[in-house]
Amino acid sequence: MGLGMLPIRTATEAGAAQPLLSVRDLRVTFAMDEGVVRAVDGASFDVLPGQVVGIVGESGCGKSVTMRAILQIVDKPGRIAGGEILFRRRLGQAGAETEETVDLARLPPRGSAMRSIRGAEIALIPQEPMAAFSPVHTVGEQIIEAILLHWRQWRPDGRPLSRTEARQITGDLFRDVGISMPDQRVDAYSWQLSGGLRQRAMIAMALSCKPRLLIADEPTTAIDVTTQAQVLALLRDLQRKYGMAIIFITHDLGVIAQMASYVVVMYLGRVMEEGPVDEIFHAPKHPYTRALLRSMPSLYGQARVALPVISGSLPHPFNRPSGCPFHPRCGDVLPGRCASRVPSLQPVGERQSASCFLYHDVADPA
Amino acid sequence: MTAPSPGGAATPLLEVRNLRKFFPIVKGTFRKVVGNVRAVDDVSFSIQEGETLGLVGESGCGKTTTSRCIIRAMAPTSGQVLFHTRAGKVVDLVPMSRKQLRPLRPEIQMIFQDPFGSLNPRMTLLDNVGEPLLVNGLRNRRERTDRVAELLRLVGLRPEFMHRFPHAFSGGQRQRIGIARALSTNPRLVVADEPISALDVSVQAQVLNLLLELQTRLHLTYLFVAHDLSVVRHISDRVAVMYVGQLVELAPTSAIFKRPKHPYTAALMRAVPVPDPRVPSGNGALKGEVPSPAAPPSGCYFHPRCQFAEERCRREPPPLREIAPGHLARCHLADQLTLETPASGAGGR
Ligand SMILES: Nc1ncnc2c1ncn2[C@@H]1O[C@H](COP(=O)(O)OP(=O)(O)OP(=O)(O)O)[C@@H](O)[C@H]1O
Ligand SMILES: Nc1ncnc2c1ncn2[C@@H]1O[C@H](COP(=O)(O)OP(=O)(O)O)[C@@H](O)[C@H]1O
Ligand code: SF4
Ligand code: SF4
Ligand SMILES: [Mg+2]
Ligand SMILES: [Mg+2]
Repeated sequence: MGLGMLPIRTATEAGAAQPLLSVRDLRVTFAMDEGVVRAVDGASFDVLPGQVVGIVGESGCGKSVTMRAILQIVDKPGRIAGGEILFRRRLGQAGAETEETVDLARLPPRGSAMRSIRGAEIALIPQEPMAAFSPVHTVGEQIIEAILLHWRQWRPDGRPLSRTEARQITGDLFRDVGISMPDQRVDAYSWQLSGGLRQRAMIAMALSCKPRLLIADEPTTAIDVTTQAQVLALLRDLQRKYGMAIIFITHDLGVIAQMASYVVVMYLGRVMEEGPVDEIFHAPKHPYTRALLRSMPSLYGQARVALPVISGSLPHPFNRPSGCPFHPRCGDVLPGRCASRVPSLQPVGERQSASCFLYHDVADPA
Repeated sequence: MTAPSPGGAATPLLEVRNLRKFFPIVKGTFRKVVGNVRAVDDVSFSIQEGETLGLVGESGCGKTTTSRCIIRAMAPTSGQVLFHTRAGKVVDLVPMSRKQLRPLRPEIQMIFQDPFGSLNPRMTLLDNVGEPLLVNGLRNRRERTDRVAELLRLVGLRPEFMHRFPHAFSGGQRQRIGIARALSTNPRLVVADEPISALDVSVQAQVLNLLLELQTRLHLTYLFVAHDLSVVRHISDRVAVMYVGQLVELAPTSAIFKRPKHPYTAALMRAVPVPDPRVPSGNGALKGEVPSPAAPPSGCYFHPRCQFAEERCRREPPPLREIAPGHLARCHLADQLTLETPASGAGGR
């Protein structure tokens, strides 16, 4: 077994609540001419098998970079500068599967272990829908290729898959994701599809390897509300049908409330608060979560009155505040405490955690 | 809120009558016209001075085309766009030439969806914001600089920023710059096409607040186009809903959110994911896609997706009619249906 693999225990021994993915103190930096951008600066969270985890946060807070780090596809000049990404991978034949925990942060990005995980166990629906498909091949060809590459996922008995069979599976996937006339759409180019159809084709592509973890990076930001509702319903059905875990990234709190069972709130590359969806929306602890929730226009709010806003703006990435990253904008800032030490993410109440000195006095080492 | 005319009735600042915009579909070497995309098909509404009319609908239903016809960025196929000028005259913008429109341009301005694309990256803020002033004859650089400083302050930006280029600003700041630019000519009507869709939640609230505040201070009138119903609910006095180039409902904001009369409006509202996990919403209630405006369905355009559709709906196109005072809907069953939305309940969190 390659570098960074820490065999832990088999599936039969593992408790149901053991995380599928456990991100610990992850750090990703971009070394630029002007200085170092700490895009992800000590982020920690878990994803349980079959769970839908929502990640929210303002633009630039490090959501996409965290996801790209999990897949080891961080763009140059970025690199994983610290932390662990523990993933419980599946090994062996169907029926006699075992599991082992590997630290993805320590696998070589282009090595065979990472390649097989990236393809077969973790799939990404990327933020730029146009970039996901090549314009010179039909959508069907690209999905057929992906299925052929991961044929073992479809054929646990080890019999290889023919092209015709892969094409059939593609048709079935298209039906699964609600693409009408799948036999014709298989031969379409991505630029011939409407935004909603392209999104569905991309979900079909992600499902082509039967992932255990699907990462959806703002999958509905570019589409309108009715298509969004259809795509959300689709993801919910597929999650139930395939039993996969989903990390759902968005800055739309409505989408988070309706999709996620567990929520992670990020700010400047760190986790500010996390907990079950109901607690996050009805008993938010962190001042940032509270401010974010207050600033939303609501379907039944009072019309034409000013919304409470978070004062100031996101700091420039080269200008990270000292201490608590939220302190320059925080209404509850504690003089003498918040600006000098970085609050660590600690349990607050029974099921939530927050990085805030209002609740504890534990700081992270500088 | 509105300035009553001497007769007592409020004068609309803008009155759109039977507006149509067709795009010809051409085929073959002889570029024969084989059909029309009926992007806007017989749309009528008016906006009172100081009022905000929200215009909503799915992508492709004709919102942008309607806005562009009103600001005369494109020539309508037919209809009237009556504008009550500052000089007190009512003029129809539709038949006007570019030259005739020029003196009216300062009174009608537009804010665009894309804060990045709508500014010239090679010009400083001073030139970006000051350009409409220059075009409208403010040649004195000193006066222009003073005016730009005043505008930047108005939208909450520091005047010292005026010598910087747009790339140095965040999305929300760029949208403020776009707003400053639109306000530079002292407009009376501002057409905003999805002005905050591209922004972050926390920044959306700041820009919405700014638009509300500026409206009160400068007595502006807004046509506010959006697909986010919570935002429209927040800013509008009245809401118009478009489907396949036509208005299907038009009513005061509170009425339409509490009791929509058109099944399409109700479906749009149910599609919004409410930011409360205890209110199930945002489900795929509305199946299928918007029909092509080149080949709309028979009868009621909405019938293939309508859960209440009956035989008559497939044959007879319903007229837009008044269901309650000031509440128009284009549905045969508008006065019989009781439509539920997440906002019809007791509401409030
Ligand atoms: N290729 C890169 N080079 C340099 N800096 C980068 C690069 N990619 C990301 N960053 C920086 O990393 C930080 C986090 O970016 P990231 O894309 O993860 O944000 P995000 O939370 O996904 O935001 P959004 O909501 O806009 O998608 C930002 O400060 C960004 O400028
Ligand atoms: N220049 C054009 N040529 C042909 N069709 C167009 C053009 N502009 C818009 N359309 C069509 O008109 C309809 C309405 O478009 P648009 O006004 O942009 O909708 P919205 O702003 O509501 O999304 C769509 O079917 C669109 O494809
Ligand atoms: S640690 Fe201090 S500054 Fe940071 S969120 Fe808590 S109270 Fe505010
Ligand atoms: S007219 Fe008929 S099909 Fe159209 S919206 Fe009303 S009930 Fe539905
Ligand atoms: Mg991102
Ligand atoms: Mg548009």
